[in-house]
Amino acid sequence: MFDTALTWNDLAFLAQGAAMTLAVTAVSVTIGTVLGILFGVLRVQLGAIWSAPLTFVLDVFRSVPLLIQLVLGNALQSIAKLGWAPFTTSCVVLSLYTAAYCSEIIRGGIGAVPATTRRAARSLGMTWWQDMRYIVAPLATRVSLPAWIGLTLGVMKDSALVLWLGLIELLRASQILVTRLQEPLFILLICGVIYFVISFPIARLGGYLERRWSPND
Amino acid sequence: MLNYTFHWNQAFKALPQMLDGAVVTLQIALLSMVLGVALALTLTAFRLSGSRILRGFAATWVEVARNTPALFQIYMAHFGLGNFGIHLNPYTALLIGIAFNNAGYLAENFRGALKAIPDTQARAGRSLGMTPIQSFRLIVLPQMLRVAFLPATNQMVWAILMTSLGVTVGMNTDLAGITQELNARSFRTFEFFALAAVIYYIIAKLVTLAARLLAARMFKY
Repeated sequence: MFDTALTWNDLAFLAQGAAMTLAVTAVSVTIGTVLGILFGVLRVQLGAIWSAPLTFVLDVFRSVPLLIQLVLGNALQSIAKLGWAPFTTSCVVLSLYTAAYCSEIIRGGIGAVPATTRRAARSLGMTWWQDMRYIVAPLATRVSLPAWIGLTLGVMKDSALVLWLGLIELLRASQILVTRLQEPLFILLICGVIYFVISFPIARLGGYLERRWSPND
Repeated sequence: MLNYTFHWNQAFKALPQMLDGAVVTLQIALLSMVLGVALALTLTAFRLSGSRILRGFAATWVEVARNTPALFQIYMAHFGLGNFGIHLNPYTALLIGIAFNNAGYLAENFRGALKAIPDTQARAGRSLGMTPIQSFRLIVLPQMLRVAFLPATNQMVWAILMTSLGVTVGMNTDLAGITQELNARSFRTFEFFALAAVIYYIIAKLVTLAARLLAARMFKY
């Protein structure tokens, strides 16, 4: 295990892969969260019946494997002759995937704010926007943030699938090294450790916030 | 803009083949769930046990399963085990990878469910003259399964979605694998994968529905 053919250059290659994973995750989670908040609020405002089409579309993103979504997204962009790079396609698909989950989290968060609290805000003369901004947002964040952290980590892990479109992220980078050096276990272990080191502390933070902010104490 | 002629006929002609693949997908998902539940119960028992080694083992398993990508776990089973001279076929590697992942998530889920059952329940069982095992099996377990059932259903849907990852390690008998093979032959990527997406969606919905009906029957009170 200690006489490995792995060089510093290879480690730098892995680090580049990790950077790609983080870049895809950052872009997708940012866009996905904005869209998710938008869709979530829209779904709450429209009510169950009028938002049914939106709910259905978002549900599709949660019920179809991400790999299939990526392939479909890539096929669509080439059919429409958009000429997107794999990075763009991956980010677009992952953003929509994130938005679908995020809207569910936001909806749950808004739902957890007692209706009486909101009515109290409105009867104090607050506008809808003020109610949303000063009453709902702080209370809903408490409920939603731990779940949102979980979602972010989920997207980080799921972003490994973009290797299917030819993007060299962490897992693909290690696969390339495995093919060249023929030391699958060692290299994959390094790759796993990198994922773990990124994910574990943030997961712990999420768990801590969830305990700290649980509404019952 | 869309200078492209869709050929849905080809996709529909391949439907029987793809449905065969869907059966394999469902089979892997079910098997991985059965394995996952068994492993998760073992891990939960380990976590509650007095031995530090067993507790550490269970905690490591759960954290690794939850903090690395499922695809990485499948790669580990497929390529990583090759280091020890164990060369698994894609089916087994996929099954092991998903079962490992399921076990981690389900163990966490079971632990949460177990926490939701007050200690007094187990003690009440004991004071009625039940043995520890009886009180666990007859009092705690049914209540625990009730709490854990819905999250486990979600995990089952996840398992179905995860089976699609098998195609990256050369699996060619499940829905994603068959779709990919058909695609490689005809390059009608969009048509084939759109059909596959519809099938996946229907499977996921049917499983959710079946689980709801099952829950309504099992947890009537």
